[in-house]
Amino acid sequence: MNPFVFYTKLNLTFLTNVRARNIVELLEGLKISPDSVIYHHTHRFLQQHVYISPEPPNDFAFWTQNTLHESILAERLEAINIIEFKTLAELKERLIKTIEDYLKEGPEIRNAPPGMEFHFMKSKSFVIKTGFNASNLLEFYETLKIVDIQTLYFHMFEARMRMGKGDNDFSIWLRNTLGEKEIADAISKLDPYTVTLEGLRKNILNIIEERIHEKD
Amino acid sequence: MRRIEDYEPIVGRFRIHELYKLGEKLNGKIIQNINSTAVGGGVAEILDRMVPLLRQLGINARWDVIKGGEEFFKITKRFHNALHGVKLDFHEKEFEYFLEVNRENAEMMDLVGDVIFIHDPQPIALVEKKKEIGRNWLWRCHIDFSTPIPQIWEFLKGYIEEYDAAIFSAPAFSRELKIPQVLISPSIDPLSDKNKELSTEEVRSVFESFKIDLSRPVVTQISRFDYLKDPLGVIDAYKMAKKYVDCQLVLAGGPATDDPEGEIVFNAIKERAASDPDIFILLLPPASDIEINALQRGSTIVLQKSLKEGFGLTVAEALWKERPVIASAVGGIPLQITHKYSGILTRTVEGTSFWIKQLIQEPDFARMLGKNGKERIKNNFLITRHLTDYMLTFLHLMEGGAEDIVYL
Repeated sequence: MNPFVFYTKLNLTFLTNVRARNIVELLEGLKISPDSVIYHHTHRFLQQHVYISPEPPNDFAFWTQNTLHESILAERLEAINIIEFKTLAELKERLIKTIEDYLKEGPEIRNAPPGMEFHFMKSKSFVIKTGFNASNLLEFYETLKIVDIQTLYFHMFEARMRMGKGDNDFSIWLRNTLGEKEIADAISKLDPYTVTLEGLRKNILNIIEERIHEKD
Repeated sequence: MRRIEDYEPIVGRFRIHELYKLGEKLNGKIIQNINSTAVGGGVAEILDRMVPLLRQLGINARWDVIKGGEEFFKITKRFHNALHGVKLDFHEKEFEYFLEVNRENAEMMDLVGDVIFIHDPQPIALVEKKKEIGRNWLWRCHIDFSTPIPQIWEFLKGYIEEYDAAIFSAPAFSRELKIPQVLISPSIDPLSDKNKELSTEEVRSVFESFKIDLSRPVVTQISRFDYLKDPLGVIDAYKMAKKYVDCQLVLAGGPATDDPEGEIVFNAIKERAASDPDIFILLLPPASDIEINALQRGSTIVLQKSLKEGFGLTVAEALWKERPVIASAVGGIPLQITHKYSGILTRTVEGTSFWIKQLIQEPDFARMLGKNGKERIKNNFLITRHLTDYMLTFLHLMEGGAEDIVYL
């Protein structure tokens, strides 16, 4: 049986030379952005605010609200449910469509004050082994309790969205290696974007704990 | 000398584990730092801390300093001012002399690094050697580049674009360049005198020595006495708030020694404060790190109401001490504070006054800001994160590749 190998990741941020002063330029910037840019601006807050609830929204919504004061567009961008999307390309399309639809309503175009422009950035991830492995459900449960929160982040968010696996690593292993389809599905169904990372860890542990009790 | 392990109780074992893992990947590699001064100034201070820590991680980190006479540093000081937007004209001879000194240094130096890591503009033209010796060249910009005068920018750009990558501290400080640009924020050292834990007794004794009443709210701004830090605006905001809430104001900092306006500003502050017994203007001597630490820790609110700012690490220092901070949305400050989550961003005297009143009267909200602020600094602005980012950049340069995800 293949053990579950717990990884973690470190990010390095790159500037792209692309800036936006207003919504039209934000749209133009989005259109030419590669996946790594979309990923950075829709996931950065999750990693930086591990304990804050409610979590700040994605960078596009945050800038639109706090710098441009375009509340309606900001709310629409904030409400985009990232968990609905299997790929970053689909998410990018939704972001573009949301802004395009808003522009059709003919809003006044406001510029950000100098120095408050939106800077498009991208992340490069460096993945490293944590030294933790699990061979069965109990070991997995006990290890998940103690691994770094960035490890949980890597397997729940990065694996699904950035590496294009379509599902999180935990569910894939639980389903394919342990045959635990029910808990795998339950974890896949969690919306990890509307809970803090520590809250997410607790929710996953609860699902597994119930299953362990059932087996007992 | 500080050991990597000394940071473990602060950042946790996982961050330390990551540092060692990256160190293993870079084991024995020569990282040759080059700047223009061994003592004094922010860059020397950072290298003084970073180089020994990198060596503990198994990296052969070196630090060399270029040699230049009075004339050379006069020119580079003018470069520095022009990069900050001061309108200066440069003669061709100045550029020629600048290059001559760089070339002399390039001939004298042993450029042996796997990564040759150049800090700031003074040694920037050493990169001319790249054609001859190859290697990975990295340029670190420690200063605000947002409004340079075109003549100096064009001159430096030609050299910057010879590097394999450049590092900037904030997106707003970067410029359009053909080479990859990495974003790495500066950091604070939680074990330094300015940031280490202090006992309640130590904090109290500093407040007592300045005759500040710790039983009443204290609003503090730590910064040198300079118009750009808006000390007069701070006094006005305090006075507006004071009409409704009881508080004291502390303005503490060193003199702006290289600023001819320093004395004028200081006198204007004293005049504006007039005879208010609750305003404390503290002119601190250079070695006052413990006093600054205590003043920040004992304050109810910390302000940084700058009109213009570099990265503004005093904000990170105050947040690290779990203080609610009200700061201007300028320079690198918005990178440190997310408004209403980890602090308060303002743009006006009125707004600053409004939030002083709010935070004094809503201590639970103020505490939440402080708590989130500390967490934000812990995750993003400590020296351990800075080391990690540097090592990732070295790996990126040495291993090449444009992939978004790399398994180490």
